[in-house]
Amino acid sequence: MKHTLAVLVENKAGVLSRVSSLFSRRGYNIDSLAVGVTEDPDISRITIVVHGDDHVVEQVTKQLNKLIDVIKVSDIGGEEAVERELALIKVAADANTRAEIIQIANIFRARIVDVAPKSMTVEITGDEGKVQAIEKLLRQFGIKELVRTGKIAIVRGSKKV
Amino acid sequence: MTTGSTEKVNGARAVIKCLEKEGVDTLFGYPGGQIIPFYNELYDSDLRHILVRHEQAAAHAADGYARATGKTGVCVSTSGPGATNLVTGIATAYMDSVPIVALTGQVPKFLIGNDAFQEADITGITLPITKHNYLVQDAEEIPRIVKEAFHIASTGRPGPVLIDLPKDIQNVEFDLHYPDKVELRGYKPTFKGNTQQIKRAAEEIAKSCRPIIYAGGGVISSNASAELVELAETILAPVTTTLMGISSIPTEHPLYVGMLGMHGCKYANYAIQESDLIIAVGARFDDRVTGKLESFAPNARIIHIDVDPAEISKNIKVHVPIVGDAKQVLKSLIKYIKRCNSAEWIEKINQWKKEYPLGYSQMSPDVVMPQFVIEQIAEACKDAIIVTEVGQHQMWAAQYFKYITPRTFLTSGGLGTMGYGFPAAMGAKVGRPDKTVINISGDGSFQMNSQELATVVQNDIPVVTVILNNGYLGMVRQWQELFYDRRYSCTCIKGSVDFVKLAEAYGALGLRAEKPSEVRPAIEEAVRSGRPAIVDVIVECEANVYPMVPAGAAINEILDQEEQ
Repeated sequence: MKHTLAVLVENKAGVLSRVSSLFSRRGYNIDSLAVGVTEDPDISRITIVVHGDDHVVEQVTKQLNKLIDVIKVSDIGGEEAVERELALIKVAADANTRAEIIQIANIFRARIVDVAPKSMTVEITGDEGKVQAIEKLLRQFGIKELVRTGKIAIVRGSKKV
Repeated sequence: MTTGSTEKVNGARAVIKCLEKEGVDTLFGYPGGQIIPFYNELYDSDLRHILVRHEQAAAHAADGYARATGKTGVCVSTSGPGATNLVTGIATAYMDSVPIVALTGQVPKFLIGNDAFQEADITGITLPITKHNYLVQDAEEIPRIVKEAFHIASTGRPGPVLIDLPKDIQNVEFDLHYPDKVELRGYKPTFKGNTQQIKRAAEEIAKSCRPIIYAGGGVISSNASAELVELAETILAPVTTTLMGISSIPTEHPLYVGMLGMHGCKYANYAIQESDLIIAVGARFDDRVTGKLESFAPNARIIHIDVDPAEISKNIKVHVPIVGDAKQVLKSLIKYIKRCNSAEWIEKINQWKKEYPLGYSQMSPDVVMPQFVIEQIAEACKDAIIVTEVGQHQMWAAQYFKYITPRTFLTSGGLGTMGYGFPAAMGAKVGRPDKTVINISGDGSFQMNSQELATVVQNDIPVVTVILNNGYLGMVRQWQELFYDRRYSCTCIKGSVDFVKLAEAYGALGLRAEKPSEVRPAIEEAVRSGRPAIVDVIVECEANVYPMVPAGAAINEILDQEEQ
């Protein structure tokens, strides 16, 4: 089962490697990871999607909490949360296919961020399923390059992690 | 936030001043190019520095000092190879939760990342084996970092902390303010156990007829021995200890059933298997203790007291977890408990004790049995600090010495580091000069750090090493005998060195015992001499450690010598 952990850490050099090395050392698998600074410039937030049963996730959480630079760990996967990923997809495109690609992008409320004679780049934001769906549809045109971020997530309502 | 007095110092001097503020009196270390500024300032300081002969020994000595005294040990090395040589010692301290602070020199900041001469990424290397580590980026951070390092090392679940000091930072002058307190929002260990949980534990205890207390190293590190004994006596429960928990209760205490696990006493393993309640204190259900997890203590409810929440339900499901310092939790728990209905249980255990005593047989006349040597040390050196290396001698020292007070059995339990004992004994003796310190060693382990003979002689540290010399890497040989068809691949080390001459070459006392009658006099002479000494005891070369639970078996599936 997948869990989404929101990990608040000190915004300092080396903290990400402390977190990621903990995962490799203890044999936990990271599905995705995203990191960035929060509303407090001294605090960064790492969103980790981890695969495992409740026992594994409990251990991951406890081990993360042991790191001195980790301030707080919350499992927000089970709660009502808004989850987003972003992908940039460079698709092969010419005069014949360009219109159809634009149409698909519109349906997904994706944006065309670059156009060139033989390609278009589509920016898509959404949950994992949405990103996967557009990727599947664009594959028929030939995906030249695809880059995606890890998932970020925020709890709905006025509650903070 | 800061104390009143400030003074202008360089980074190196600042480190020394901060160490003094933390109450450090002794360092174990070895200089080198990138730590010269520190040693230059040390020259004018009152701190005692023990110059080792290999940095690994500095880390082990700091560890031995810490275990024997309860204070934080400090070791120092230069960058690169100096720092990497500390690694085994740091890992040893990490696995056994020993508070040490390691200071390493580093190449100047502008060279970091350039593969400079003697550069190693020691904070990266030690990431998984330290509780925390620091690469100092600015001299002004030094006071805060040193303060935090000692706080982190010594509180909660103790452990090693490393501070990497670039050379240029050691030379920067600044105004030193030493902070009064530490502010770490990500580090708030729980000391006091949850009262509700403590009451639940008391209810479990009240219901139990076959309770057993399973005590680990946490009892020793939190100085909770008196509370442990009080708990056992109040509820009338037997106490078994892990290797790390040895000396938390006197060996001769009537409720003590010895060590459990792979080389535990039969009656300890039987007792834990048949118990209906396990009270685990500062222990972590290690694989050497539980054997096959599925068959471990099938009928027992489990109360687990540990300062590290990550240990709770890590290996085995716990019914009543209590996170907190062992001493604090036991103190509160004792208020809620009374005697269990366990008289019959105790009688049964005493019966097992009679039926399955620890023992060995004389394999041939006139040969010295290794277990006999430990018994002789126990009689000749009562309440000495016993330090061990790793292997058969370590298990015999755990089984046959009679421990009286806590912090008198120092051993590498988690990492199992051969070469730990001699330098750790040196550190213990420096920290506890009032105690006799005996390093019980094998002929294999001793050669992993025998260069420290120079250190003990030069600094007049009268540690006695008793080598149980069987000409083999005995524990591996034992496994080869039992599980690999007696194919003694690469375990015979007969004729390595004349340990008596080796001792003498360094200026230490060297003695040899080859017959049982020579053992006691040699040990006594070595202790009486007041000098660093080696007693080389030629022992039966194929003696085995029993009882033994084969790896992966249930802990009541025990091999014993008469069955072989």
